[in-house]
Amino acid sequence: MGETVLSLTGVNGWYGESHVLHGVDLDVRRGEVVSLIGRNGAGRTTILRAIMGLLDRREGRLEIRGHNMSTTPAYRIAKAGLGYCPEERGIFASLSCEENLLLPPVTRTDGGMAMSLDEIYAMFPNLKERAHSPGTRLSGGEQQMLAIARILRTGADILLLDEISEGLAPVIVQTLSRVIQDLKARGFTIVMVEQNFRFAAPLADRFFIIEHGRVVEEIAQADLAARADDIRTYLGV
Amino acid sequence: MTEIFGVPAPVLYGQLLLGLVNGSFYALLSLGLSLIFGLLNIVNFAHGTMYMLGAFLAYLLLEPLGLGYWWAILLVPLLAAGLGIVIERTILKRIYKLDHIYGLLVTFGLTMVIEGFVRVYFGVSGLRYAVPPSLQGMVDLGFMRLPIYRIWVIVAALGLCLVTWLVIERTRLGATLRAGTENPSLVQAFGVNVPLLVTLVFGWGVGLAAFAGVLAAPLMQLTPQIGHSIIITVFGVVVIGGMGSILGSIVTGLGLGLIEGLAKVYYPEASSTAIFVLMILVLLVRPHGLFGKQ
Ligand SMILES: Nc1ncnc2c1ncn2[C@@H]1O[C@H](COP(=O)(O)OP(=O)(O)O)[C@@H](O)[C@H]1O
Ligand SMILES: [Mg+2]
Repeated sequence: MGETVLSLTGVNGWYGESHVLHGVDLDVRRGEVVSLIGRNGAGRTTILRAIMGLLDRREGRLEIRGHNMSTTPAYRIAKAGLGYCPEERGIFASLSCEENLLLPPVTRTDGGMAMSLDEIYAMFPNLKERAHSPGTRLSGGEQQMLAIARILRTGADILLLDEISEGLAPVIVQTLSRVIQDLKARGFTIVMVEQNFRFAAPLADRFFIIEHGRVVEEIAQADLAARADDIRTYLGV
Repeated sequence: MTEIFGVPAPVLYGQLLLGLVNGSFYALLSLGLSLIFGLLNIVNFAHGTMYMLGAFLAYLLLEPLGLGYWWAILLVPLLAAGLGIVIERTILKRIYKLDHIYGLLVTFGLTMVIEGFVRVYFGVSGLRYAVPPSLQGMVDLGFMRLPIYRIWVIVAALGLCLVTWLVIERTRLGATLRAGTENPSLVQAFGVNVPLLVTLVFGWGVGLAAFAGVLAAPLMQLTPQIGHSIIITVFGVVVIGGMGSILGSIVTGLGLGLIEGLAKVYYPEASSTAIFVLMILVLLVRPHGLFGKQ
């Protein structure tokens, strides 16, 4: 594994007056897949939003590739090579499928990580067929693929994916699992929030367990079997 | 003489033409208002004032500076857009997170201030701005005679509406703008400088209003109040068309101009209230307006 490309130190986060993140410490290395797991409401989505600069207020240190980005405005975070796929997918209703796909500006061309439109359509053939449909006319699975696909051509090499398997049919979840493996093989660094532990278990190199807005434990892939009971307790299943 | 439902045809055609001219102004103004509301979430009460300012700036360019109509139509929208950008950067950006009512109040305040300046400088008695020589005269269509200037107003206003619509519906910039209207924070997370986009859109909307003001200058007495009555009608247009809908603004603006024209012929008493009666009816059936979402 490579050097640390994303790190949070003592990050606190607020929605309005409500204090949701309480000192998050987290680090992600180049080419890694990490998964944030925890109960509903634990603060996983909020951690991704904090990284993207989308909270009303954030304190603590955020570093991307060793650069301090703690005070960088939201629209500059993407330029540091981050791609964000939100939990609600964020497909724009007034844009066609292809307009959605082309919306995020290409921010980094030097990294060589940007996939061409052809490569993206090869990975998600459905999206090509639906190119001219309005974004919200797509099926749930297609919308999810679109939400992932549109951050692959910008040059971002750190992907933040929030609950991509949520509410989708098993066959589509399998496709997404292959997509993650493919992206990892291409060298993308991936942070995924998952409620579906069985989806995340084979994919992630490390797991961060989130509770009450902080990281309470870190578990490596190799220790997964040994810690299965603990994990079940944490997830409350 | 031919009559249509008891009205002499030339009178009817004349009123329809007038309706189209007014409708063109409604379209230009409500388009800008819609754009601004869509992205900034601000009901820009000062929109009528920008229209008024456009007309007075045209006058100002002519009187002391000697720059004629064609200069005015080029420069005034740019000057107004510049003023809009300053207003957005210094005042409006502070209130985006607050309730709509603050936007309305602040822009109402701006209206008072700007109108006050115009009143002090130009006085309240109406000024006249001449139709430019190149657009004077009439064309004879056989069944009616059309003033060339009114044709120009319709063509220019609708042309600019069409260009704006094409930019919004058919370009990358337009797609970004539509997305920013739906979910600005996500668009920001994709690396788009949304605050800059917001500033430019406000400037653009204000520029459209000032353009309408220059077009209207030769058609009326210029007083500091000319923005008042039109802005009320334009609010009606935007509500009927659907807040934030671009196409809705253009189509409804033109349509209401025509309806007003017809009302003037057949039932003059209703001509100024027709729009609001229609607004009530539309809202009863479609609370989000004719072209609005949901
Ligand atoms: N927009 C919001 N405004 C206020 N509180 C919120 C908002 N979104 C989430 N929260 C609160 O923040 C906490 C963490 O939520 P979230 O990050 O969405 O959890 P998770 O993604 O782990 O399910 C929860 O208590 C939730 O109620
Ligand atoms: Mg969540």
